[in-house]
Amino acid sequence: MSFYFAQFLTGLASASSLFLVASGLSIIFGVTRIVNFAHGSFYMLGAFIAYSLVTALPHGPLGFWGGVIISALVVGVIGVVMEILVLRRIYQSPELFQLVATFGVVLLIKDVALWVWGPEDKLGPRAPGFDGAVDIFGSKVPEYDLVVIVLGLVVLAALWLLFNRTRWGALVRAATEDREMLGALGINQALLFTSVFFLGSVLAGLGGALQIPRASVSHHMDLAIIATAFVVVVVGGMGSIVGAFLASVIISELNAFGILVFPEITLVLMFLVMVVVLVIRPWGILGKPEGEAAGEVLEGETLSIMPGRRMRLALLGAFALLLVLPSVVEPFYLLLLSEVFVFALFAASLHFIMGNGGMVSFGHAAYFGLGAYGAAMLLIYGDTGMELAIALAPLAAGLGALIFGYFCVRLSGVYMAMLSLAFAQIVWSVAFQSTELTGGEDGLVGVWPSPWASDRIVYYYLTLVLCAGGILALWRMLYAPFGYTLRAGRDSPLRVEAIGVNLRQHRWFAFVIAGLFAGLAGGLYGFLHGIVEPQAVDIPRSIDALMMVLIGGVQTLIGPLAGAFAFVFLENRLLAFEFWRAIFGLIIIGICVAMPLGIVGSLHRLALRAAAARAS
Amino acid sequence: MLEVKRLHTHYGRAEILSDVSFEVGAGEVAALLGRNGAGKSTTLKSIMRLVRPTSGEVVFDERPIGRLRPYEICRLGLGYVPEERRIFTSLTVGENLAVARRVNREGATVWTLERIFELFPNLAEMREKSARAMSGGEQQMLTVARTLMGSPRAILLDEPSEGLAPVIVEQMARTLKELKDEGVTILLSEQNLHFAGLVADRAIIIEKGRIRYQGKMQEALEDERIRAAYLMV
Repeated sequence: MSFYFAQFLTGLASASSLFLVASGLSIIFGVTRIVNFAHGSFYMLGAFIAYSLVTALPHGPLGFWGGVIISALVVGVIGVVMEILVLRRIYQSPELFQLVATFGVVLLIKDVALWVWGPEDKLGPRAPGFDGAVDIFGSKVPEYDLVVIVLGLVVLAALWLLFNRTRWGALVRAATEDREMLGALGINQALLFTSVFFLGSVLAGLGGALQIPRASVSHHMDLAIIATAFVVVVVGGMGSIVGAFLASVIISELNAFGILVFPEITLVLMFLVMVVVLVIRPWGILGKPEGEAAGEVLEGETLSIMPGRRMRLALLGAFALLLVLPSVVEPFYLLLLSEVFVFALFAASLHFIMGNGGMVSFGHAAYFGLGAYGAAMLLIYGDTGMELAIALAPLAAGLGALIFGYFCVRLSGVYMAMLSLAFAQIVWSVAFQSTELTGGEDGLVGVWPSPWASDRIVYYYLTLVLCAGGILALWRMLYAPFGYTLRAGRDSPLRVEAIGVNLRQHRWFAFVIAGLFAGLAGGLYGFLHGIVEPQAVDIPRSIDALMMVLIGGVQTLIGPLAGAFAFVFLENRLLAFEFWRAIFGLIIIGICVAMPLGIVGSLHRLALRAAAARAS
Repeated sequence: MLEVKRLHTHYGRAEILSDVSFEVGAGEVAALLGRNGAGKSTTLKSIMRLVRPTSGEVVFDERPIGRLRPYEICRLGLGYVPEERRIFTSLTVGENLAVARRVNREGATVWTLERIFELFPNLAEMREKSARAMSGGEQQMLTVARTLMGSPRAILLDEPSEGLAPVIVEQMARTLKELKDEGVTILLSEQNLHFAGLVADRAIIIEKGRIRYQGKMQEALEDERIRAAYLMV
């Protein structure tokens, strides 16, 4: 019994620190509608900075708590800098661009942290005065855990007072509801947003800083916490502080006790909770069941016109060029181009539901990964050979999309995006944890093509034909009644239902189709490198797809292809540099700020302007 | 007080406002009249820069405001009451008023909570209540009160009588007259000619995004041709 109580307290301590991070994320999202991926990086920075400060400052309570508080404030300032330098310039862009920009910040901070603190994990000192353990009902509980629990409750109370008893709090709640109206009432949004970013980032930094006596500081903290924090925010209800607290407790206790019962699937548990909560309460435990709360994640005009003759000729020309390329360029570039084809199909499949269906997925890598693992497992365990493995890969992914999509299409906006992320994380957890089947962290090796296709040139043609065929099939559907209905449903869902379309079912079909083609891309990808690792389905892979679509230009048909091309070549060029992530992150931020319509969209607009200038 | 000069506004490629020009003098109550879709709301939103006009200029109190953000325009003393009310339902009535409070303005009537509650007695009773629980009429009063909290010298009112019961419409008319007596300049958009006739000195008639008539309110109401051509449903 006493053991369970001690376990409960450990869970509560984890809940406290999780709450700090998640509440910050929730506040920022509530007011600014920005899904801030960099929030996890702020948490990591809080821990690293606190580590440096606490070890440098004189040992003692003042040094420790002073270091913790200063690091939280420093992180708050870093959040403000990001808001002012990057986000403030793109508040007018579609909301997803802001997300992509914050992911650029994630990459940047990752390398900065590597550069400043080196690659090793850091073991922080214990908190002076709270370095022992207390005996509670015969079990030892670290004193520091109790301190963290109390601090979590104090912050909860302080935030509640701040939001419900001050004018600033009323302003924040009003902004969460209708920020344009607040502007018309004389409130400077930019200033309010900046203050919200400060508070949110301070909370992330504080959460990280308080962790140093509990766990070592590592470079994996950023993405590890961000996934969990998203779950907490969504389960609690976006923008709700109390909801974030409840969700933190639920998730942390589930982890604390889940590890005793099902040690193999602890990672999955939390995402299962999210699925269950969202199915029962689509806006989280304490979220507002209003359409606006989720927000429309995609705005602005998106494609509706069929590509013209010139465009089609250009595409045909490009295809012809790709056909003759193997006789001209070095084999290395063929490998790179094969990768471009695979990612172009992957991006096009995401664009299919996102650009046309208005369904944003933060977890499209799930289907890429299911395709990759499906093909690899068929080859290794089923001995099917490459041909059948690739042919069946889409079915593995499609089956996943059929199940996950059933739930996803019930939600909209950011909630749907988050649910898709949860499903992707479930797939990732399984791939990562069931070592016997999937090889765990090392992945499945020996995924090589059949002898006839093992030549790089042959495999180049294979990927070219299959990916081009897949993309054409997707495009064909977009300009068929199926695609028209999908776009109509994106633009005015109620009207589409009023003319007798079962929109949910239609979206579900689209989701499955996108999954099938992402699976094909995944299957081809596995044979390209001979190995399938959990990276095929992790968060960065999902973000890659989002970035290809958005950076290429979500409003255009060939945007995702251009995005895939730019992405693969850029990454390849940059890998030569030690701090390639930082450079890559900066380039992403630069594109988000300079080209709010994406590469193709911005070029298209330039061309239109030039034409207009000539005409006048 | 408020000058609108050659305003053009587009939604996408569709031209909603075409060459809209008019003036509202200090202390005047002007009614922007027109049918549904004539461009009344868009005119007010364009003045407030909630919608970005394609071209044209707006001068408020001898200052061009065409480059300012909505919050800066508000801070100059131009208040805006939206058609859809847009009160903050997650806030209490008192908080709705508190978020809009600004006092640092010269030459404007300063509206304290006490004075607001004198003008809208039933808001005082509901102060601690959630704004969600209000009736439509009460919400409309709250939106006007909320805008007054910014101590504006002029206010733009978008269809204040819409969807209100006749008794409440009368009450709204009395309130606007009191505001006029305080020296507040008012530009309201209306479809309800009766209501406009009760409060407005001047009529500006808009149809299909163009200004068709400007003149005394009474004359516009009495002129059968004008009524038939632009205002009758």
